[in-house]
Amino acid sequence: MVLEKYILAVITMHPDAGIAGLPIFYAKDEQEQNRLANLLEAILDGIAHKISDGVYIIVKH
Amino acid sequence: MSETTIAILLGIGFGTGARIYMLRTDYRSYPTYLHGRIIHILAGFIASALGAVLLPAIVNQDYTAVTFFTVAASQFRDVRNMERNTLLNLDENEIVPRGKTYIEGIALVFEGRNYLVILTAMLTTFSAYYISYWAGLIGGCLGIFLCSRLMSGMKIRDIADIKIVQPHFEDAGLYVGDVYIMNIGLPERQKEILTYGMGFMLIPHNLNGKVNLANFGQRQAILHDLYMGLGIYRDSGTPALTPLAKRNMDTGALAVFMLPRDHDEEWARFVIGNVPVLESAYRYMSSKKKNRLENQGE
Repeated sequence: MVLEKYILAVITMHPDAGIAGLPIFYAKDEQEQNRLANLLEAILDGIAHKISDGVYIIVKH
Repeated sequence: MSETTIAILLGIGFGTGARIYMLRTDYRSYPTYLHGRIIHILAGFIASALGAVLLPAIVNQDYTAVTFFTVAASQFRDVRNMERNTLLNLDENEIVPRGKTYIEGIALVFEGRNYLVILTAMLTTFSAYYISYWAGLIGGCLGIFLCSRLMSGMKIRDIADIKIVQPHFEDAGLYVGDVYIMNIGLPERQKEILTYGMGFMLIPHNLNGKVNLANFGQRQAILHDLYMGLGIYRDSGTPALTPLAKRNMDTGALAVFMLPRDHDEEWARFVIGNVPVLESAYRYMSSKKKNRLENQGE
């Protein structure tokens, strides 16, 4: 089986959200979160998807 | 010059003329200007020479020549292979690829048109040989007319209505009309999409159209032609700006999203309507259903 989509990183403002098993980037505010998501999107060639307020995932499609 | 020679020359002339007539390079930029065209004009010339000598060969009872004709005609299958290989190689470097179904369709057309050239040349020589030169000229014109009728199939505008719809966001979800396209998290990307994005709704007329628009190859062909006609706002490393086509599963309508350079709505409507309905993607569902029901009634 070939996985076509996979999560490369998580950017969150909630350190206590219980996310594990993935590269996690913590941001202190929305501005930093956007900056990180933007940066990682460009570096990893992925798309930043918003899962909920304060949680972005970078997905490779 | 003997009558046979004149008839053959007329056949070759009209055959090559038919190939040039069918070889149009428009905004889709294929075949490439000059060299790409020369290859096909030459192939057309050979095809017309084959078509033109067939009848005189039969009349002169030169059956070996007729056998060779069948061998030579099979060479035109290589035209399809050549086009397929070239386009598949080029497709890797396209910012919006054509897709395999579209490439197969283009290759099929290139092969088919050579046979149309053979037909035109045969028709011309036949009329010139058996009736008169004038009949040859009329036969040639008839051949070219036939080519013009047979050279192109249906277009998207024949199977669906095209509506222009502005894309919008509901939280992070990007929508074209009521069709969900994808999740775009970053506010910056959302802003770019709202500034440059354009959406289209293709509403199929019947079941055949619905099935055709569901085909991934057909969708990719639409996206590629839109890019060729309107340009695109994207680069490598920006997958969030990838053009996409998604289906409304309830109605069968297709929502197309892309970020063009040219926002001329009239031109966009023309370009999308002018996308060929790919033969290998089209199904005759309605007619099959009708035939079945009619047969059942008998």
